[in-house]
This record gives sequence, C-alpha cells and structure tokens, in this order.
Amino acid sequence: MELRVNNLSCARGGVPVLAGVSFAVAAGQALILRGPNGAGKTTLLRTLAGLQPALAGEVSVGADDVALATHADGVKAALTVAENLGFWAAVHGQRDIAPAISAMNLTALQSRPAGQLSAGQRRRLGLARLLVTGRKVWLLDEPTVSLDAASVGLFVQVITTHLANGGLAVIATHIDLGLTAAQTLDLAPFKARLGALP
Amino acid sequence: MIALFLRDLRLAFRAGGGFGLALAFFLLVAVLVPLGVGPKAATLALIAPGILWVGAMLSCLLTLDRLFATDFEDGSLDLLATAPIPMEGVVLAKAAAHWVTTGLPLALLAPVLGILLQLPGPAFGWLTLSLLIGTPALSMIGAFGAALTVGIKRGGLLLSLLVLPLYVPTLIFGAEVVQRAGQGAPLQSPLLLLAGITAGALALLPFAAAMAIRVNLR
Amino acid sequence: MSVWEYANPKRFMDTSARVLPWLAALAALCLITGLIWGFFFTPDDFRQGSTVRIIYLHVPAAMMAINAWVMMLVASLIWLIRRHHVSALAARAAAPVGLTFTLIALITGAFWGQPMWGTWWAWDPRLTSFLILFLFYLGYIALWSAIEDSDAAADLTSVLCMVGSVFALLSRYAVNFWNQGLHQGASLSLDKEENVADVFWVPLLVCIAGFVLLFVTLVLIRTRTEIRARRLQHLLLRERMQ
Repeated sequence: MELRVNNLSCARGGVPVLAGVSFAVAAGQALILRGPNGAGKTTLLRTLAGLQPALAGEVSVGADDVALATHADGVKAALTVAENLGFWAAVHGQRDIAPAISAMNLTALQSRPAGQLSAGQRRRLGLARLLVTGRKVWLLDEPTVSLDAASVGLFVQVITTHLANGGLAVIATHIDLGLTAAQTLDLAPFKARLGALP
Repeated sequence: MIALFLRDLRLAFRAGGGFGLALAFFLLVAVLVPLGVGPKAATLALIAPGILWVGAMLSCLLTLDRLFATDFEDGSLDLLATAPIPMEGVVLAKAAAHWVTTGLPLALLAPVLGILLQLPGPAFGWLTLSLLIGTPALSMIGAFGAALTVGIKRGGLLLSLLVLPLYVPTLIFGAEVVQRAGQGAPLQSPLLLLAGITAGALALLPFAAAMAIRVNLR
Repeated sequence: MSVWEYANPKRFMDTSARVLPWLAALAALCLITGLIWGFFFTPDDFRQGSTVRIIYLHVPAAMMAINAWVMMLVASLIWLIRRHHVSALAARAAAPVGLTFTLIALITGAFWGQPMWGTWWAWDPRLTSFLILFLFYLGYIALWSAIEDSDAAADLTSVLCMVGSVFALLSRYAVNFWNQGLHQGASLSLDKEENVADVFWVPLLVCIAGFVLLFVTLVLIRTRTEIRARRLQHLLLRERMQ
C-alpha cells in the first residue's frame, strides 16, 4: 500500500486554499503536515478522505482505505466507552475492541458514559477508534490536542505499531512526535494563488 | 447499517435522547383541540381523523431536526461518510430508527387518543393501520429535509417549511382512510395510494438525501 | 452554433444585453394591448357580468406560475448534469417571479370568487394546489438564502426542486381525490366544446403572450444580477487572496 498524491488542489467553502500538492508515503511511513493556521491542513486531510472533491489532481487511495480522526471525535456522550468503540467496530465489520481499549489505556473507563470523560480521555477514545477500523491509511488532524505527555507517549506507540504492521499515516500536528519513519511536508509553499481561481 | 440503527435506538432511549417527547406532544394536541372546538361529540367525531393525522405529522416533525444535526456536530457524520456503509444506507438506517422511536409509538398511541376525540368505532383499527403504513413515509421525507438543512445553524424552522408541503399527499390519503372507515365507505384506493407513496419515498428519497448530505459535508 | 454556448456567462451577458430591450418592449406592448382590449373592449359575460375580465390577469398568471416551476426544474437538472453556473442562477432568479405569479393568481382568484361563489376562499382542488405550490416556492427560496456557499446551495436547491416536483404532482392528484371542486375546467383547450367564446379568447391569448414575455424579461434581468453578484464575490475573493 502506498499513498501517492499528484498535483492536488483543494478548496474550502468554494475558496481554493491549496494548489499543486504532491507527495508519496510508502507503507510503514508517516508524513507530518506543517503550516500555520489556515494553511489548509484540515482541508487536505478531508480531501484525502474523500469527503470533498479535489479541484484538480489525483489521490491514489480511495475512501475505503482511510480512517480519519478530526477535531470532533464522533463520540456519543450517552453511550459508554465500550459501546462507542463497539459501534465503530461493528460499522467497520470488526468484532474485537479489547486491543484498542488496552492500547489507549481505557480499560478502567470501559463502562463509563463518554459524557463523563475529561477532554483528554475523550480524545483517547477518539484515537482508539482508529484501531477498530482496520484501515491502513490513517489521516490524523491535530491528534495530540488535550493529551497529556503520558498519553502522547501511548499514542506514539500506537502509531509506531501501526506503521510497523504496514500501515501509513498522514498527521497534521505542531508538536514533535519523535517518530523515526517520518518525513515532513510544509504546506505554506502550496498556498493557492490567484491563478487557481476557477 | 444494523449497528447504526441499534445505536440510534439506544441513543433515543437513553436519558436526554428525547424519546417520548413526540408522544407527549401528540397527547397535548389531542387534549387541546377539544378544549378549543368545544365538547360536542358529533363535531369531534367529524374532525377526529384529521386532527389525529395532523397531530401525528407534527409530532413526527418535532424530532426531525436532530436526526442528522447531532451526528454532524460531533463529527460522526464525517466518520460515517468514510465508513464502509454507503451514505444511502446511513440515511435508511437513521430514518428507520426515527420511525421506530416516533412513528411506531404514535401509531400505537393513536387509538387511545381516538377515544378522547370520539373517533367512530369502526375507524380505530384503520387509524392504527393507516398510521403504520403512512408514518414511514413521514420519517423518510423528514430525513430528506433534515439532510438538506444539516449544515445550517438553526435549521429547524427551515426544515418545517421544506418538509410540510412534502407531507401533503401522505396526510390527505392517510386522513381519508380513517374518514372513510368512520363512514363505512370503501377505502381501498386511499389505502393503496398511501402505501404507494411510502414505498416510493423509501425507494427514491434515500438517494436524494444521501446526495444532500454529501454536499453538506464538503 | 449550439445552445450550450450561452452557458458561458460572458456570452450570456452579451446576448441578453442585446435581446433585453426588445423583449421588454414587446412584453409591454402585449400586456398593454391585451389588458386594455380585455378590460374595456370586450362584452360582459351573460352570467358573470364584468367580473369575467379578471381572467386576463388570472389565467396567464396561473399558467406562468406552473411554467416557472417547470423552467426551474429544467434549469436544476441542467445544473446537476452539466454544472453550468448560469443555469443554476437562472433557476434561482425564476423562483421569486414564479412566487409572485402564484400570488397574483391566488389574489385575482379571490377577487373573482367573492362575487361569483360568494366566498374569498374555497378549499377547491385548484385553489388548494396553488396554495401548496406557493409553499413549495417559499421553501425553495428560503433554502437558497439559508446557505452561504453558492455551489452547495445550487446543488441542494436542485435536489429539492426535483423531489418537490414529484411531490407537487402527487399533491395535485391527492387534492383532486380529496375534493371534487367548484372551479371550472380549463378555459383554453382546442378540442373542448365548452370553451371561452372568441371575443374573450383573442385578447386572452395576447395577455398570455405578454405574461410569457414578461416572465422571460424578468428572469433575464434577475439572472444578469445574479451573475454580477457572483462576479463581485469573485473580485472580493481575489482581493482576499492577494
């Protein structure tokens, strides 16, 4: 599996934000996206996930290969941690949620309604969801927001394992995750110029 | 799809899910109308089929604006769009869950309210049957309206404006079935037309609603 | 030359600018002739008296109310299939015009109904259908104005227009089923015995032509405005991107 992006342009709310983005991420590799606020990191990830059509260019993976984690975790407050994860596992045709629960250190919180979790715990639940999708390409938008240092360590471990198992990840983040197999892409040079206007 | 259906049912029945609100609203309509038009049994019997159908329709409408909005706000809809279920399946599953938590209990409660409104005896069975046949269309049409307005803040009022005109045929045929049943008139044709609208709505509207959701997510 | 060339906004603007004055003049000519002829130079009907003259407004407005929706449906389909912006904007432009024609038909109908049927309003199938059509127009316009992103708004309103058309037809049928009605049958059909007499017929045709031209003129003007608004948006966008 390889994620290859060729000359991609994307828009947010009808306004072009990125033009001519090209990169390739091989299995076992991660790509860190950098850029100031409004550079188009979220837009790029949503376009890669197939949620919005690209203005131009090609993406080599389809919506069936990707797992997206955005600012909103898709967590239902009225359901317990296990029920939340169980739902996403069922949607993706998986059964076993135990590995995901232990990987993100949620065992003690399993039967707690998600509405009672702290922001960091909620985030951990949102990231544990990635493990039950069984998808190879992870698209992560600021995954470490509201995580403490220990949880970030836990999360880096999860990503490392995912990469070691032949997965790949595109991560928009401002902090240094310390991943060994990671390349960095700064989005600032790809800002859409006037010529990109339709 | 089944997982999504079950999750929505579970969410509706948990605290804060809003299950029961529509039923309470339906009850209120049935109580307020006689207070407004007076207690004469003959008058009430005359308007009961219409009131019960309009009441059921408005109760159904009441719960629609949260149908996709909660999933949109907490990001679930984005994640569902990348999940292996087609968006049409998401729409159908959510509309089905809406029907089970709204239309079905409304249909079961309606005969009780029929007593309050002096509904003629022979019409009771047909009232429940017509609601059972007609309310799936109300849920499906409502899901289409909710899909159109999912990206709009405070879309509830707009949703009503879009959905109510679409409810007209179902309302007319549904109330006609009950009316005719009360008068002992033949009622096959409105019943079949009602079923036809439901079947058509279930077959075609998921595609329109799914398209609307995809547009709203971009 | 193909009709699709007018999908190019520039070409559309050029051509419509040249055609508009002629269309407007022709519309005014037809309306003035038709209405004056109809109002002052036709005999009173032997049953309806002078109230019959309302048909010179009522019938054309009612026809155009429906035709405007059909035009919006066609324009919406063109937008969904071929993604021509002019088409989406024309559908948007036609909606308030259609709404106004619907309102004219309803109001003139009420003025005629009061002396003839003894009531301003009756739940007659035709009247009810028009009221429902009015609600469809309202919803369509409200949806357009509620969404900021213009492409998304065009997509969503197009879908609504398609679904709405099906349900409007169903409603028409349902309403017929529900009440047989007082309203007379069609006033204008070529094969019917019971038609309007020739003295009324000719000025009515002129009025209808006038309403059609008026509709086209208004839609062209409004589409031009929408295209300009869109250009303005683009200019603002350019400024922001510099």
